[in-house]
Amino acid sequence: MQAADNTPPGSNSLTSGTWTNHAEWLRGHGESKDVVMSSRVRLARNIAGFPFTPQASRVDRAQVLEACKHRILNMSPACSGDDSASKTQNTPQNKTDARFIWIDLHRVGREDRSLLVERQLMSRQHAKGKYVTGQGGIDEPRSVAVLVPDERVSIMINEEDHIRLQTIRSGLALGECLEQANEIDDQIEAGLDYAYNPRFGYLTACPTNVGTGLRLSVMLHLPGLKMTGEIEKVKRAASDMGLAVRGFYGEGSEASGDFYQLSNQTTLGKSDSMLLREMELEIIPKVVGYERHARKNLLSTRKSMLDDKIYRALGTLRHARLMKVDESMELLSMIRLGIMTGILNDVTLHQVHTLLLNTQPIHLQRTLDQTLSQQQRRVARADLCRKALGQANTPPAGNA
Amino acid sequence: MLCDCGQHEATIHEVIITSDQRKVERHLCEECARELGISLDPYVPISQLLNNANYIMGQVITDENASPDDDFFEEIDPDSPPKKTPTPTKPVAAAQSCEHCGQTFAKFKSTGVLGCQLCYEAFEDRIGPMIERAHEGGCNHVGKVPLRALSECQSTNDRSRMDSLLGDLKQREESLGELRTSLTHAVEHEDYEQAALLRDELTRLTTQSTSQGASQIEAQPAVDSDQNDSTNPSVTVKKLESDSPEHSS
Repeated sequence: MQAADNTPPGSNSLTSGTWTNHAEWLRGHGESKDVVMSSRVRLARNIAGFPFTPQASRVDRAQVLEACKHRILNMSPACSGDDSASKTQNTPQNKTDARFIWIDLHRVGREDRSLLVERQLMSRQHAKGKYVTGQGGIDEPRSVAVLVPDERVSIMINEEDHIRLQTIRSGLALGECLEQANEIDDQIEAGLDYAYNPRFGYLTACPTNVGTGLRLSVMLHLPGLKMTGEIEKVKRAASDMGLAVRGFYGEGSEASGDFYQLSNQTTLGKSDSMLLREMELEIIPKVVGYERHARKNLLSTRKSMLDDKIYRALGTLRHARLMKVDESMELLSMIRLGIMTGILNDVTLHQVHTLLLNTQPIHLQRTLDQTLSQQQRRVARADLCRKALGQANTPPAGNA
Repeated sequence: MLCDCGQHEATIHEVIITSDQRKVERHLCEECARELGISLDPYVPISQLLNNANYIMGQVITDENASPDDDFFEEIDPDSPPKKTPTPTKPVAAAQSCEHCGQTFAKFKSTGVLGCQLCYEAFEDRIGPMIERAHEGGCNHVGKVPLRALSECQSTNDRSRMDSLLGDLKQREESLGELRTSLTHAVEHEDYEQAALLRDELTRLTTQSTSQGASQIEAQPAVDSDQNDSTNPSVTVKKLESDSPEHSS
């Protein structure tokens, strides 16, 4: 799919060629990458003079959408942010290639919407288009703008707020995420008036987001704490510290594969620098420390149990004939732990991360370029895992 | 230790720090806590606070404007006995709906979302305390202001627009006062990084509201030649505020 301004009429499907091999959050690089999969910053903003999205009429929503589209597609491509990280990885990306593509969710199919959710570019709520007021549905005018090709930025239009701007990075990199988010926020505001008041700051539909409108999140991989039985304690401690703990796909999702999203709850009364400092320098390093400590303990006191779990996971992935997505995430989580603890040497992080994405339902079907029933997907998923993780130095296994 | 009711062991101990820094302690058994609508969770999400709208600052406040079908407590614990309202203290402000979008307060309580930006003004008295509780006591915005809007105000010296962005003089002084208090607290607890961030925020606030962003004072708000201690907040802050009461740490 091309940028909205030259999309052929009637074209409304996302082709697999639009997307790079790796979503940013799966690159497996960055600070504390052994525990921190990715960092994400989200800013919530509303345009002055329009009702908030959940209460707005369809006409209002359509007008907000047009205003945002006009602004975002006319922004300077230089707002792609700091690309120094990608340069050091020798990728072909550079600032002049970066551009926003605009996707109208009410005009694409269900699979395309699910694809975007799987890539962590937007929320499930945005895919469904339903608001807490009971209004809305799949035909509601709403969109997402994605910065390609690096997918580090996505901007949801008419989710719970008019604009929800998200930046994402591999590893613990909340500072870089926030910097890029602020740049883009300033660019958008240069062309639109925001709803703001001196006491409550940036005004949002739900008062939980008011003030800075800033949500700082990290995706953590905590298999060690799960195995030592300490994960519930950590979740309670996180809650005491004012953090929300959610699953892989954020609000409304359960933890699977030992992946947990931690994010701040407070957005008012502290500046974004203060919130950043608390998360990045105080809270997250503590949780990372706990996980590293748990892994170290397991390696020294329960090594054979750990080996067994990891190799059983590898065995299942290399030989199973049916695989549900929850199971694949649990098993891949063990493989990731195996790589990070040095127990597994013939599987790479790149393979694991690629599989984490391509075992998701829509990505699985897009990889094979087929539409599959649930049972067919379970067969295909198992096939994919066997091929990707086949024995070292043996050719990929044929189809069962 | 016995509960305030005198009948059961107190297992819930609540300490409330009031806005004038007084400590109010309550020692309650589970039953009394539940009756007063105190959540047993350390963190109270706003959806629960919305349904517990009358529990503010340790006292149950009767909302004289509540309609008969408002059920404030339904979603907290459907199995718990109906809550009593022991001591009505002060009535809450009256706004039932926003004049601009028509959103009612009752609808806000049931959905958790407001209708438009003006709902914040319409319901300010009622949602202010709720917001404060949901944001760990934060009640005034600290931090970023829309950049282009602010620079336009500064370059045209548009005072009324400036007030709509930064607040009138009273609001700004309140924000500054809160920041000064937080700064003192941070220094007393030797959290100098936090203190530095707060000091920067104080500087930003005092320079924002002038034309072209020019500082109201000549000296930088860092170490002044008369001062020996650059982390002394009281002296630094005093320099920033030429027209507000002297601060004492």
